[in-house]
Amino acid sequence: MFAHNYNCVCILMAKATSTPLSFQDLILTLHHYWSQQGCVILQPYDVEVGAGTLHPATVLRALGKKPWKAAYVQPSRRPVDGRYGENPNRLQHYYQYQVILKPNPENLQQLYLGSLEAIGLDTKVHDIRFVEDDWENPTVGAWGLGWEVWCDGMEVTQFTYFQGVGGIEVDVVSGELTYGLERLAMYLQNVDNVYDLKFNNDGVTYGEVFREQERQFSAFNFEASDVETLKRQFEDMERNVTRILNTENSLGYKLVLPAYDHVLKASHLFNLMDARGAIAVAERQSYIGRIRDLCKACALEWAAQEEAR
Amino acid sequence: MTQLLIELFSEEIPARMQLGAARDLERLFDARLKAQGIAYKSLKAYVSPRRLTLHAEGLPLEQAAITEEVKGPKESAPPQALEGFLRKVGLTREQLVIENGVFIARIEKPAKKTADALPDILKDVILSFPWPKSMRSGTSTFRWVRPLKRIIFLFDGQVLPFEIGGVTASNITEGHRFLGTGEPFEVTDFASYKKGLKDNFVVLDHLERQSIILDKAHEVTAAAGCSLIEDHGLLEEVAGLNEWPVPLLGDMDEKFLSLPPEVIRTSMRTHQKYFAVRDLTNGKMAAKFVVVSNLKASDKGAEIKRGNAKVLSARLSDAVFFWSEDNRAGNFDAWNEKLKGVTFHAKLGTMAQRVERIIALAQKIAPVVRADVSMTADAARLAKADLASQMVGEFPELQGIMGGYYAEAAKLPRDIADAVRDHYKPQGPSDSLPEGAVSVAVALADKIDTLTAFFAIDEKPTGSKDPYALRRAALGVLRILREHNVRLSLNDLLETWYYSLLNYAGPKRAVYVDTDNWRGSAGPRWNHNGSTTYDNYLRDFRQGLLESAVYVLETDRDHDLDITFEHVENQTPVENALLTFRDYKTVSAEFNAFFADRLKVMLKDEGVRFDAIEAGFAVADTDILRTVSRIRALETALASADGDNLQAGFTRINNILNAEAKKGQLPEGQPASLADAPTVEAELIRLFTVTQPAVQKLVAEENYAAALTALASLRPAIDAFLDGVLVNAEDAAIRDNRLKLLGSLRKLFGSVGDLSKLV
Repeated sequence: MFAHNYNCVCILMAKATSTPLSFQDLILTLHHYWSQQGCVILQPYDVEVGAGTLHPATVLRALGKKPWKAAYVQPSRRPVDGRYGENPNRLQHYYQYQVILKPNPENLQQLYLGSLEAIGLDTKVHDIRFVEDDWENPTVGAWGLGWEVWCDGMEVTQFTYFQGVGGIEVDVVSGELTYGLERLAMYLQNVDNVYDLKFNNDGVTYGEVFREQERQFSAFNFEASDVETLKRQFEDMERNVTRILNTENSLGYKLVLPAYDHVLKASHLFNLMDARGAIAVAERQSYIGRIRDLCKACALEWAAQEEAR
Repeated sequence: MTQLLIELFSEEIPARMQLGAARDLERLFDARLKAQGIAYKSLKAYVSPRRLTLHAEGLPLEQAAITEEVKGPKESAPPQALEGFLRKVGLTREQLVIENGVFIARIEKPAKKTADALPDILKDVILSFPWPKSMRSGTSTFRWVRPLKRIIFLFDGQVLPFEIGGVTASNITEGHRFLGTGEPFEVTDFASYKKGLKDNFVVLDHLERQSIILDKAHEVTAAAGCSLIEDHGLLEEVAGLNEWPVPLLGDMDEKFLSLPPEVIRTSMRTHQKYFAVRDLTNGKMAAKFVVVSNLKASDKGAEIKRGNAKVLSARLSDAVFFWSEDNRAGNFDAWNEKLKGVTFHAKLGTMAQRVERIIALAQKIAPVVRADVSMTADAARLAKADLASQMVGEFPELQGIMGGYYAEAAKLPRDIADAVRDHYKPQGPSDSLPEGAVSVAVALADKIDTLTAFFAIDEKPTGSKDPYALRRAALGVLRILREHNVRLSLNDLLETWYYSLLNYAGPKRAVYVDTDNWRGSAGPRWNHNGSTTYDNYLRDFRQGLLESAVYVLETDRDHDLDITFEHVENQTPVENALLTFRDYKTVSAEFNAFFADRLKVMLKDEGVRFDAIEAGFAVADTDILRTVSRIRALETALASADGDNLQAGFTRINNILNAEAKKGQLPEGQPASLADAPTVEAELIRLFTVTQPAVQKLVAEENYAAALTALASLRPAIDAFLDGVLVNAEDAAIRDNRLKLLGSLRKLFGSVGDLSKLV
């Protein structure tokens, strides 16, 4: 029961006890740790998404009965959160570290706590708490039970046992961990401003890498994007999801993965319109409903294909 | 004594569910043990974040053998009935006995060991456990609040065989997640279980954790010259987030003290579960907080305090941002504009429409409470604006409070700021009332709108379900009316509410009614200045709002008032109505009954005699204050000598009249002074003639106590009359006159309350 099979005594971890991990070493340490647990270490998905969950490696792979373990970093785009590089805590583009284990192992909590030890958080000094937070993502019709994990009062991870995805109850429950990387790094490095984070151990800060991006994209999201174009593109994407799903092709079955990409694009276009204040309160639910329906169609199709494969 | 110990050890149980879960565990076990005839001396459940525990003592080792008798069909019943009965009880015809022509089965139930019964009971309890939410884990179909890890199942020193959801019962548990050895340990009984937990840094009892938190939190604040601001709800919650609570005093950046104290407290409580702290020197909020950690840290909590202070700063920085954004010029108008897009309830339309109704009601109430009408209307118009502010978006519980601050900052008149802040009051029986006249008017309007609106869409409270807190709203109205001595006709307000539905007419929206005599709609342009015809139409339409269900329809026509005086049965467009409000008459009847009911509950809670309440309510009177003072007067009279006289006098009259009524219709009207009437009769008639106008006058003056005293004083004359004459006289004229006298007296006795309801 107490098999500490997360004892990966790697070089990065040893280092963590002396000086805090840089942003990139934090990622490398987590990669190493979860790799040891048998996860496939993936690269970020190459379509803009608002959360790591939306990566097909999580939202689609959570469906069906096949076991699956993966970990990856996913850039998350939240256009409304842009602050022109001025706010120490808020970004329109930030990173989530995402782990999905299906079925959830029985010792998932211990594995998770092992990852905190690995990145240099001493559980004899820091107050780690599992506080109820039942996660839900209405856009993809996903829900689960779990906690937000607090470290000294700060939420560092969302810990969820998936119960449903795409509006359907899952066959096998997956455990999902979503670490907020910038927050965690700020805590480990004891800095108050995200732009002051050490990105590597060679003097490069997070600000040097990303501040200009935050400035330009904040300005774009709030001022320079063209609502008419966004709207037209949204409608194109929306129409194409159905078209792709209904187009006959040489494979002889529906092209659900390309269709899902289009759902993600529609979702991001919606977020961009929202940042421009172009979504009236009354329209909002209808937009979200449209995306959810498309997503649900993809999820159902994927689940059926998985069943057949 | 035998002991039963059960521990269901799981991953972290949500704090808000813990106490309920402990109660449910006790309740479910108690019911199932009783159903099996297993007695016990004591039964108690405990709960902590990772465990739900049951400890019972004094259960018997076995249940005595019993014989159960089951009645079957009659001997004369068809054979199929007997066959069915034999199948049911599992016996043969020869094993049955016959008593009084009926088959009886005697089923021997042998002695059963309690240890054999307990596993089924536990299984049943676990499978039927009413968690508000439960989950599956991995490939299992078993559901629990979070993954179940271990089960202790000890009875009389033995582990009972049990397995559920892949977990097998044992006598092993674990202590604190991070403190102690981290090794699982064995227990033999409840005492060793508790000790094992304590040795491994777990305080099992929720209440004990609460008192540790409170004591230590007071200790650390006092040591810093501060005092803890107690918060019971928060205390319960944090006791559910700890197995080994360690309160620590952290420092907050002083610059945040410029925020309203409610904001600081709410941010601390909702986001971070911290207690706020008061500075003893000036009684104000101190730049400190108490966090209850779950760790006896090796650095005495230095890192924990540092980390928590940092998070609080980030949270309060957000609040500072909201505060400055919200305080921009023109904020109230911008928020009200937003409320046009905020749905109040799918069947009731937007928050802006609700505000329109509240304005109409508040204007109607204002003169009654001597509030300035236009200022009251302004206050009502601004009352809900803060719902669209950023701070209230973040902390919904600060509704009203923030509006009050923002109104002050915007230099709005004091009365308006007060009304914006206080119109939600009273929020419960122990909350204070709104004070100023404008506040009172808006507070009443707010609650009466909520009540009427939900009654109009037939969303009334049923049983224990009251999702819109309508009972609380009604109680609030009653408290304001009674304690501020406000005399309002609820029916007038309901009428105002229905008239205000005209405000639903707008772009592409028409209000439609369908009365017995005509049907018609008011469109977007209904309120233009019109001709006499238009005014007549409007008058009819307004009347129609009280005579039919009211519909809001989608329309493309750009029309104002359109009334058709020919009723066409089958061509009503109401199937596609966007909103439908039930008709005034139905709603008003239910509304008044609901209020009467609430008032009865309120008076009963105050300890008023039940029969006095019933007697008082038997008099039809929609005035709440009058009803209460009649009941109070009855109660006072009943406690004095007047009470006996009233009841005795009334009862004698009532008995005779009831007996006579069975023989035929009682004559009605005033008694005449007959020339040769006996003295006792002449005297009673004389007294009645004097007393009747006196009592009527006193009742009109609402001097019910004096009215009852006057009635009580009639008793000697009533006794003398009934002792001295025969009511049922041979002469029909004499008999009629006497019955008229008694009938008139009975009616007079009922002026304050129906005395026949008294016991």
